[in-house]
Amino acid sequence: MEDLETIIGLEIHCQLNTKSKMFCSCSTDFRDNEPNTHTCPVCLGLPGSMPMVNKRAIEFALKVGKALNCTIRDESEFSRKNYFYPDLNKAYQITQYDKPLAEWGKLLIDGDNGEKEVRITRIHLEEDPGRSVHMGTTDRGKYTLVDYNRAGIPLIEIVTEPDLRSPKEARKFLNKLRATLEYLNVFDSEKEGSLRVDANISLKGSERVEVKNISSYKGVEKALTFEVTRQRNLLRRGQTVTRETRHFVEARGVTTSSRSKEEENDYRYFPEPDLLPLRVASWVDAIELPELPDARRERFISQYGVSPEHAKTLTGGLKLAEFYEAVASEDPALAATWTADYLLGELNYRDFSIDAMPADLFRELLTLIKSDTITDKSAVEILRLILDAVKDGKKPERPQEIVSRLGLAKTSGDQVTALIQEVIAEQQAAVNDYYAGKMQALNFLVGQVMKKCRGRADPGHLNTLLKEILDKKV
Amino acid sequence: MVTAEDVRKIAKLADVGIDDSEINEFTNQCSGILEYFAVLDTLDQNQPLIRERYNILRDDEVLPSLSQEEALQNAGQTEKGYFKAPRVM
Amino acid sequence: MKTLSFHPDDSVHAFITTIPEVTYGDGPLSGVTVAVKDNISTKGIETTCASKILKGYIPPYDAHVVTLLKNAGAAIVGKTNMDEFGMGTTTENSAYGPTLNPLDHQRVPGGSSGGSAAAVAAGLVDCAIGSDTGGSIRCPAAFCGIVGLKPTYGRVSRFGLIAYANSLEQIGPMARDVNTLSNLYSVITGHDSRDATSVDKPYSHTPVSDIKGLKIGVPDEFFGEGVNPKVAEVVRQAIDSLESMGATAVPCTIPSMKYALSAYYVTCTSEASSNLARFDGVRYGPAVGTLKSWHDAYSDQRKAGFGKEVRRRIILGTFSLAAGYYGRYYQKAQTARQMVRDDFERIFRDVDVIAGPTMPDIAFKLGEKSDPLQMYLSDILTVPANLAGVPALSVPCGKVNNMPIGLQLIGRYFEDERIIDTAYAYEQGGA
Repeated sequence: MEDLETIIGLEIHCQLNTKSKMFCSCSTDFRDNEPNTHTCPVCLGLPGSMPMVNKRAIEFALKVGKALNCTIRDESEFSRKNYFYPDLNKAYQITQYDKPLAEWGKLLIDGDNGEKEVRITRIHLEEDPGRSVHMGTTDRGKYTLVDYNRAGIPLIEIVTEPDLRSPKEARKFLNKLRATLEYLNVFDSEKEGSLRVDANISLKGSERVEVKNISSYKGVEKALTFEVTRQRNLLRRGQTVTRETRHFVEARGVTTSSRSKEEENDYRYFPEPDLLPLRVASWVDAIELPELPDARRERFISQYGVSPEHAKTLTGGLKLAEFYEAVASEDPALAATWTADYLLGELNYRDFSIDAMPADLFRELLTLIKSDTITDKSAVEILRLILDAVKDGKKPERPQEIVSRLGLAKTSGDQVTALIQEVIAEQQAAVNDYYAGKMQALNFLVGQVMKKCRGRADPGHLNTLLKEILDKKV
Repeated sequence: MVTAEDVRKIAKLADVGIDDSEINEFTNQCSGILEYFAVLDTLDQNQPLIRERYNILRDDEVLPSLSQEEALQNAGQTEKGYFKAPRVM
Repeated sequence: MKTLSFHPDDSVHAFITTIPEVTYGDGPLSGVTVAVKDNISTKGIETTCASKILKGYIPPYDAHVVTLLKNAGAAIVGKTNMDEFGMGTTTENSAYGPTLNPLDHQRVPGGSSGGSAAAVAAGLVDCAIGSDTGGSIRCPAAFCGIVGLKPTYGRVSRFGLIAYANSLEQIGPMARDVNTLSNLYSVITGHDSRDATSVDKPYSHTPVSDIKGLKIGVPDEFFGEGVNPKVAEVVRQAIDSLESMGATAVPCTIPSMKYALSAYYVTCTSEASSNLARFDGVRYGPAVGTLKSWHDAYSDQRKAGFGKEVRRRIILGTFSLAAGYYGRYYQKAQTARQMVRDDFERIFRDVDVIAGPTMPDIAFKLGEKSDPLQMYLSDILTVPANLAGVPALSVPCGKVNNMPIGLQLIGRYFEDERIIDTAYAYEQGGA
């Protein structure tokens, strides 16, 4: 049962970061605003209003199509998807149905068993619906509040073939896709809800289940892992998997069956009569793609001498890659280690993005490390102090100021020697143990010296020095 | 030929309320009309309508939106700047 | 700004809303009174489409044509009655009661722009704006004895026209004479960047009555089965008199007419079933109840708000688009539509205009047409122009039983000027 192959296909909805909406001139910059302040007759679906296609949204979608090696259709068109829901302003969504903008592409990912090509079925353009807030508690007291600020935000839907074989691989695909979209500068991954995923998942030989409503890319692996386990358990108990749509409940990390009317719906697609076809295949030639993640990774390896593992990490997001390049100049290898191994860990721990770390402060920190002014331990402490200040909304101190204020500069050689002498004098028993061949005694003595200099000595160096002095005394 | 059951199903899909008292009338009428439309099914081609014009697009420019007050002015019920609608869950 | 008072003796119930004190400015239509069909958005003035479902709806914006009318100095004096959402041929399907034919109060004014036609025919206004999805300007123009034009598709912006069937309908002018119609038309044409189907072909023509050398196609199908022979005879005489002015009439055929009415009704009901789904009582219209769950409340709202004909067309359109029916109905209708276009294109290689009756009969008695299919069949002569998108107008050409008959003139794409000239020639010569 455990070996049943897992088959996953994804549908990714991604908000494009155009200035105005897909079919009207309302601003897309609505997130910090009151409800229903970014609407007009078009995106409110007022009677008589008509859609007009945003050219930049087409260009952005073409860019994605080109980056994912798609074929652009000679003629594509918009259709209406008819279904009724309070947040759907016109009671139909303008989307693309049988003539999508782009088809048959691929994305290379780092799969479970090495490099792997995931096939892209199609990419099409559509509009986001509004947002519903569910209110009330008792059944008769329940109601819905609707905000149409989001209605009409341009989306691309990217559909993959069922080429993914594990939840982890699905996550890796999404990370790669997200990075690619970021590099193309068509999408802002930090905006809440800017990337949403529906997943189709089945165990080989069983029915397919659609998991909807995965609103964060981190949730995808969780939702799919839950679903694999659920489906395996069903089969193990001799039951069968039902073909159905399930919703991912992020807070509980589970999927639940949903049988709303919408699922049974027949969407009655037909060409949108208020819009004319698109013939934009020839535009693709004029689109110049920026450097994409794979190319940048190769460049990091060749230009900076970064390890392949570090290069992959550092090119995994546009801002991270740009951050690295901004701090790499003096010592690329040191910068790579400190960015990939230390900084990212501290950021993840705080759920921060790379934006939280001011590049100039990090560069200064790297200079202090490189000049051997501070120990690695002190450097980590400085990193934490800076990020904690950012977290508290304070202006972080410069690393140099922190070193001065806390006296974190490495203890000099003479001082260390003096401290070692002090410790030898005080800890005669341990010294004797050392001479008796007990090596733990040396660690104890190193610890005592570290205590006296409050950690501002390099433990490796201290170890050698202490050993040298003790051995000389014999 | 459509049955009362077909009409009920379609009325439900369209979410347009039809009373039981109306169902026979609607079924008879729709049956007659759809039968008349059946002449279309004698056409064997399925060529799409030709649309000569294409790529009618607008530039990505922001224009002022309605105020919240204007947006909500025709709503039957509002709450805290939102439109109020029946429960969906 | 200037003002005028408007207190019409509206015994035919042409208006849903009138504006007692109208302000207007300078311009080519300064002070000209214009009635606007109630499916065209007017900022600050209730716009109902003659439906209960839009009762109380005050648009926060003007339709493009309304802006153009205001800029031209026109005095918009009211909103006219119509068949609910444009769905009808008699203006009996109005939630506000029927409009009467000013020439005979026992008869319908035609529809769906019956209020606009009646207001003009009764002399309540100088001219009016209607909309024509399958004959909704030409039919009431014919029944009320006035001139009405359905422009080439795209020549007038639809922005602000509450959609019934987007791919078929156009806003157009209605007036008692061709010159007034032409003046009104020159104000409302032109490109609008908010309507993707709008084309940049402004009309700035002055009608001329010289039609020497004009070739007129006379389709057999326009004089065949279902057309009242007396009506056919009057129209033939009108064509004869055009010939006497120097035109030549030649017979032609439109074989696709066999499919036209079905193609029209499948297309318009399909589009309508989608267009009319937005009336859910959340953003506008009478408030939807929030005690029931969404689908139940929504269904109730639509049952209470829409009349029977509207619900019937929503159901027909839903059938046409539903899985299992789409291929047989909607898709085939588009095939038929292309055939109609091809027929017109072929005919217009040899002739300049096509002429025939606008309607198969004179204005019906109120309540006369109770069977929906019989009602639909009366649109047979007007729908081909909408399917093809070509311009068509109706100009009065005589009477049968003391009721007016309309001569329908259909032109090539963007040759609205030529059918206007032909109508002008007839009007001048026939007078």
